[in-house]
Amino acid sequence: MRHGRWRFLLAALGPALALHVVFVLSPYAQAFYLSLTDWTGVAGAAHYVGVDNFVRLGGDGLFLDAVRNNAVMLLVVPAATIAVGLFLANMLSTRKGSTAYQIVYFFPQMLSLVIIAVLWGFVYNPNTGLLNSGLRALGLSSVARSWLAEPSLALPAVMAVIVWSSVGFYVVLFRAAIDGIPRELFEAARLDGAGEWATFRGVTLPLVRESVQVAFVYLGIVALDGFVLVQVMTVGPGGPDGATEVVGLSLYRTAFTYGKFGYATAMGVALFFAALTFAVLALRWGRDREPA
Amino acid sequence: MNPSIRRRSILTTAGTAALTIPLLGGCVTSSGPPSSGGDAPSGAKSADNPLGVKADAPLEVVVFKGGYGDEYAIAAESTYQQRYPAAEIDHKGLQKVGEAMQPRFVAGDPPDVVDNTGAGRLDIATLVAAKQLTDLSELLDAPAFDQSGKSVRDTLLPGVVADGTFGGSTVALNFTYTVWGLWYSKALFAERGWTYPSSWAEMITLCAEIRKSGVAPWTYQGKYPEYINDPLLTMAAKIGGLDLVKAVDNLAPDAWKQPGLTEAATAFAELAGKGYVMSGSEALSHTEAQAAWCQRKAAFIPCGSWLEAEQKSVTPAGFDMVMGVVPASGALPATAVQAASSESFLVPSAAQNPAGGMEYLRILFSRGSAASFAAANSTLPAVAGATDGLTLSSGLGSVRDAVQAAGGDAFNYRFRTWYAPLAKAVDDATGELVNRRISVADWSTRIQKASDSLAKDSTVVKYTR
Repeated sequence: MRHGRWRFLLAALGPALALHVVFVLSPYAQAFYLSLTDWTGVAGAAHYVGVDNFVRLGGDGLFLDAVRNNAVMLLVVPAATIAVGLFLANMLSTRKGSTAYQIVYFFPQMLSLVIIAVLWGFVYNPNTGLLNSGLRALGLSSVARSWLAEPSLALPAVMAVIVWSSVGFYVVLFRAAIDGIPRELFEAARLDGAGEWATFRGVTLPLVRESVQVAFVYLGIVALDGFVLVQVMTVGPGGPDGATEVVGLSLYRTAFTYGKFGYATAMGVALFFAALTFAVLALRWGRDREPA
Repeated sequence: MNPSIRRRSILTTAGTAALTIPLLGGCVTSSGPPSSGGDAPSGAKSADNPLGVKADAPLEVVVFKGGYGDEYAIAAESTYQQRYPAAEIDHKGLQKVGEAMQPRFVAGDPPDVVDNTGAGRLDIATLVAAKQLTDLSELLDAPAFDQSGKSVRDTLLPGVVADGTFGGSTVALNFTYTVWGLWYSKALFAERGWTYPSSWAEMITLCAEIRKSGVAPWTYQGKYPEYINDPLLTMAAKIGGLDLVKAVDNLAPDAWKQPGLTEAATAFAELAGKGYVMSGSEALSHTEAQAAWCQRKAAFIPCGSWLEAEQKSVTPAGFDMVMGVVPASGALPATAVQAASSESFLVPSAAQNPAGGMEYLRILFSRGSAASFAAANSTLPAVAGATDGLTLSSGLGSVRDAVQAAGGDAFNYRFRTWYAPLAKAVDDATGELVNRRISVADWSTRIQKASDSLAKDSTVVKYTR
């Protein structure tokens, strides 16, 4: 009987495990191996070059631009998205007649990222775009800019779109977390004379901390990517002059335009370790602060 | 959620992946180098069958089905079929040729003819370096399909063979011929009494006049800075001649500091500095900039000869777009044009039927086939005289006239196909130059640095001309 059970388990798990190995583990393993070769992507042969590709990364100006930009995005995007998301979620839970807003906030989540990028490209158009036209209509012509073509504005313009497109999801997430807080706590705070800000800091924030932490990890991974928006929206793409270059774009160009799959894979492996480090640090930070 | 379990599972996955490397690594690269067609079928060579096609060998043709469709390729296939009724022809018209062909090259099982064109096409220099392509000299020396007494080589426009040549071996044959220049509306110019300039000084004078009339003199496809690069580099080549072009392509030391290049860079920095470029151009995509130009918001736009076909649906009636040559001269006459062929047809070295592949290209590059392509697509094919006797639209007519006026003075930079990273560096630098964020000296220095580092990079295959 016991024997039969093992056989059943193996038969049930085997195919799933095999699929996992072939389609998940094996590509990873191959990527690690390929990052140590000079594979061109069009031939069956690749030569082992050791850590050459990784050494080269350190001297690749465009790749370093990309790392810098991803680092800036990592600092700004999660913090800004979470701040806006928490603010809106808190407003939604404390004000009446807000259900419609909750649905509206979620709209960007339904659109494909490519469509969002195309639409925002139109918005940022310097001559006919919604943003500049709006500014001009308000008599603010001097504020109108060539948003995506000025090096100092291009990355913030892209980051604004990332925040815009992801905030709705986190509003819903945080709203659910806030709704999970027992109402008595808010009532007690109010009886003690706490204002809205004090209630938010003292009651809401500590009790939704886990959701914020999850959001932080997800958004960090979003910030380490950014490929789609940059590829579709920006000048170059990745420009002007590397101002919006991200690692994903460097990787894509190196592989598919330059035909250097080995080197591109090294970028991918570097990005993998960056994401892994970020996730581990973010989760450890959360655990260390957990009340004992 | 439990952070420690999550983290552990991540690390375990990474660890397992690392451990399985020896087992699974190398799957993608497990097949050997491409085998040349030693076992490829071949038939007896004769006057009718100069390439020795085996009559019943199957033929697989993969073409890019983009703006030109693939009817022209199918027409050539039916001609092939008539000659070799026993051959089984497998035709594929694809949009993403690169994506579909990459695994087949890796597996050593590519088709017999590939039209490597469109977004995501494979980098030809990489294919050459990986020895994936057949040398086409046998085809070039074979008699032309429908012009007796000429070889295939003799029937092609200037530069076509050179465009497909890498390290002395011609591995690609490009089917269309592109000329770069400055486009304007003949109707608009006639209406305002403007004359197309014949020198850069005249251009600057005309720009001042155009601006006074309320039209922006220039616009360009700012989102893709290579568009403004083309007239700049054309001007440099016309001033400095073919030696300048060769120095650039051969990654010579100080190539980008040659007087012709700095003069051209200065001219374009001045054009922008005087405010002769429509404001906002730097952020416009090609469709946006070209639409603004078609709405007469700007007088000139730099572009290749595909512009007319691309703008077909948005060009107002009576706009009469024509292409003018970049107004500059020096070592080359003012009529010289930058021209290059594109739509690269390749015969993979691991193809099953390379002789059939080449015979197919001989048919495709015949005058009859090229003429019907030109008539259907308003595009100049790479075969000389293919447009003779056809009634051409204003744009294509001006392109053909420019090619005829240039005669042998058609030139082309090769670094864009040889060294894609250098092309990127030039595009970025020129984008900064025409937005006046860097000086001409910085422009030269930056690009020279990129060129020097490529020259030193031992992992990049070098070509010389």
